[in-house]
Amino acid sequence: MTRVAVLIPTPLRPFAGGRSRIQVEVPKHPPSLRDALDALWGEAPGVRDRVLTEQGEVRPHVNVFVGAESCRWTGGLDTPIGDGAEIAIFPAISGGR
Amino acid sequence: MKTVKVMIGTTKGLFFLNASASRAAWKLEGPHLAGRAIYSVAHDPRGQGKRLWAGAASMHWGAVLVSSDDWGRTWDEPVEANVKFPADTGLALKQIWQIAPGLDSEPDTLYCGVDPAALFRTTDNGKSWEVVRGLLDHPHRDRWMPGGGGLCLHTIVRDPGNADRMWVAISSAGVYRTTDGGHTWTARNNGIRAEFMPDKHPEFGQCVHKVVQHPSRAGRLFAQNHWGLYRSDDSGDSWQDIARGVPSDFGFAMAMHPHEPDTVYIIPIKSDQVRVSPDGKLRVYRTRNGGRSWEALTRGLPQRHAYDIVLRDGLTTDSLDPAGIYFGTRNGKLYASKDNGGSWRLAAGDLPPITCVRAVVLDERKPARRAKARSPRRRR
Repeated sequence: MTRVAVLIPTPLRPFAGGRSRIQVEVPKHPPSLRDALDALWGEAPGVRDRVLTEQGEVRPHVNVFVGAESCRWTGGLDTPIGDGAEIAIFPAISGGR
Repeated sequence: MKTVKVMIGTTKGLFFLNASASRAAWKLEGPHLAGRAIYSVAHDPRGQGKRLWAGAASMHWGAVLVSSDDWGRTWDEPVEANVKFPADTGLALKQIWQIAPGLDSEPDTLYCGVDPAALFRTTDNGKSWEVVRGLLDHPHRDRWMPGGGGLCLHTIVRDPGNADRMWVAISSAGVYRTTDGGHTWTARNNGIRAEFMPDKHPEFGQCVHKVVQHPSRAGRLFAQNHWGLYRSDDSGDSWQDIARGVPSDFGFAMAMHPHEPDTVYIIPIKSDQVRVSPDGKLRVYRTRNGGRSWEALTRGLPQRHAYDIVLRDGLTTDSLDPAGIYFGTRNGKLYASKDNGGSWRLAAGDLPPITCVRAVVLDERKPARRAKARSPRRRR
């Protein structure tokens, strides 16, 4: 069992019971970011549709980091994760429209 | 006591302008759903008559359909997104462009139109939604082209007397009609020009910006096109050009008078390349004879160095008599008329860019109801 922490941004905390950090256990081994997020959706299902499109892709203006690296540069949702990893969800620095 | 609520969707949230039936003084309220782009808002007059629906889109977190049963004090946002494409379509929702409550004969039905172009339907009052497959799988779909606002299904027109018949408009695909409750759809664009295509009169591919119909004249349609102003007297089978006496036949917005089936309002725009009010004059045009002639309505509107634009759902009416007419601009100005458009005043001037405007008349003694389709009455 791999244990990871997921940091929830302020706008999504109403869909996570107000929590800013959720600890999840990932049963699959070796785990990917997708597996870790699947575990998160079990804890906070409302976060899923705000982070992913209905086709299961990370929304264009959302960034998901594993440690300090955006998953866009490390294999997307197939990015491998290790025990104790920290996953952070951020709104991208887009806006102004 | 009757009151009027003008619901104003903007790129940064939803605002209300509230007034008594005299519409002499307006009080601004909001923003609700702050920070989210509201491209569609609707009042559902059925049931208790208090439900509002809004398509709320976050640039970051996507679009969702939300509702309120207390005039916006609280909003019900589903935990899981309610309007979404099935996995087999490969499509992902971008924007909710239109919300259309069902007929009185179908109390739990609503439709919404979205980008990418599709029609969704609920038959359990919004608890679950499904895409209308007959339109989604239309053989023309691969050749529909997105306009500046995306590939959006932005207009839904129901036949008040026939739940199986409706029209939708898509930019850029044109008008499509179903007569079997959405199972099959036929392009209905005969007579509408497509200036941006080598063939100016294709079967489909027109960029129809808005279609309106008076509920007492089902099947008599008016359309504001991307170049072109039209009327159909045969349910969309053919369209006649009615752009006589307007400074430009390009525009987005169009609204029907609530009581006069020959009275239609538009706001012309100077060309698709410029997209501001023609000649620096912000003018509403009105026909009172079904499009045979148009008159400019300017009293109270800026007539010098006014460079503004009104989007396709930025013009609407209330159901009072005389009718209130309202429009909101991309520069965040909301203009209101309480005399059928005869005179105007700036009711709110510093809002975010306005995307849609709708008005509802509330009667505190009774549940709010949609304006009934009245028999045509004589123009005063």
